[in-house]
Amino acid sequence: MGIFSPGFVGRRRDANPLLPPGQYEVTNFPVLSAGPTPKVTKDDWALSIRAQDGSVKAWNWATLMQNPIDDITVDLHCVTRWSQFGMGWRGVSLDHLFEGVDTSAQFAMASSYGGYTTNMQTTDLVGSKAWIAFQFDGEDLAPAHGGPARLLVPHLYLWKSAKWINRITLMDHHELGFWEQYGYHDIGDPWKEERYS
Amino acid sequence: MTRGRRSAIPEWQAARLVAAHDETATARTLVFDIPGWPGHLAGQHVDVRVTAPDGYTASREYSIASGEVDAPPPDLPAMPDSGVNVELSVEELDDGEVSPYLVRGLEVGDHLEVRGPVGGYFVWQPSQTEPVQLIAGGSGVVPLMSMLRTHAAAGHPSPMRLLYSVRGPQFAFYAEELQRIAAASGGAVTVDYVYTRTAPAGADRSVGRLTLEELSTLALPASASPTTYLCGPNSFVESVSQWLLALGHPAECIFTERFGGA
Repeated sequence: MGIFSPGFVGRRRDANPLLPPGQYEVTNFPVLSAGPTPKVTKDDWALSIRAQDGSVKAWNWATLMQNPIDDITVDLHCVTRWSQFGMGWRGVSLDHLFEGVDTSAQFAMASSYGGYTTNMQTTDLVGSKAWIAFQFDGEDLAPAHGGPARLLVPHLYLWKSAKWINRITLMDHHELGFWEQYGYHDIGDPWKEERYS
Repeated sequence: MTRGRRSAIPEWQAARLVAAHDETATARTLVFDIPGWPGHLAGQHVDVRVTAPDGYTASREYSIASGEVDAPPPDLPAMPDSGVNVELSVEELDDGEVSPYLVRGLEVGDHLEVRGPVGGYFVWQPSQTEPVQLIAGGSGVVPLMSMLRTHAAAGHPSPMRLLYSVRGPQFAFYAEELQRIAAASGGAVTVDYVYTRTAPAGADRSVGRLTLEELSTLALPASASPTTYLCGPNSFVESVSQWLLALGHPAECIFTERFGGA
């Protein structure tokens, strides 16, 4: 575009091939939430998956923990432009939770305690790409970061990784989630810089 | 659930710095002329991109401090000096890459690029008639100032209170303008300061962080059914939002914006 800002040099610390376009690296873990942190205990926590045909699979904390548990090390990218590398999580792959569920529906909506929603393609949730994460950096996931458990979809911008996850609904029709209704991107691939629609 | 405008977010556009002044020793207010700015609501942000002569770019998000701007009529040509001004107030961050340049480098007449407005949930619109409590921690006052300016420009009759937690008077943004807005509001707007480290001489409150007890007397009570907008560092927002819930405010009436980690 030819718009230069005279005198700007920059740190060049971000010339890192692991960094998607327009992002910068942080070493803390920022918190972004549109409202107060909902207080959900492990005893109260539940998760359900509703398939397109109306059938429902559900877990409480104990039954979630009966699934194989993965240690995951991922880079996370927030649409507000920070990225953090090598974050260590523990969680259950959604592949295990989707066993026996018809995942042919094209669209999915994640819904959270507190009312947050975010929409995705079902293909973004299957194939070892998404987890229900309950530990970060060796500790139980803090409430401000989505504890006791959040969705973790590291290949998409972080607003898709719904904190305080409570329900996943598979749908044959397209709906927009919370931020998507305000112009944030339907897919949200950080490598394609899909920030806004 | 949707509050703000749902229009698509435009591409990058040029913005020229037309005025600037120091807000505090570490923060600067910058006024940009943006031809073709699509308008914004009070509380929205903008993405800012600066480009070095060799093409290296860096981008950050900043809250808009100036009041709501309507979308321009579609037939208005984009003139070099459009008269559409968008004001940001930027706090210089330790170890920052873009904020030191915006606070100490960019000169009047220089250009950068902006994209926005962004966000549409943390907004206040003059069509709202309920009482409003604004609660700021430090530079979190910026989007709340946009709401106060929009309220003042509309001559809005609904109560709008600001509770502003800041290290000391020398760190407070917009002090004179806030005083003027309150004085001209006929009582609708009030401003209360909580100084966490240094207080002015003769202050009737000793310095220290805001407490639940103070919040219960300085903020509009739940019985007034206010909407509360809370913006500041994460630890501040986390504490105050939980106190608001404890004081009986429904979660859906508490809007938060946070910066920093936990």
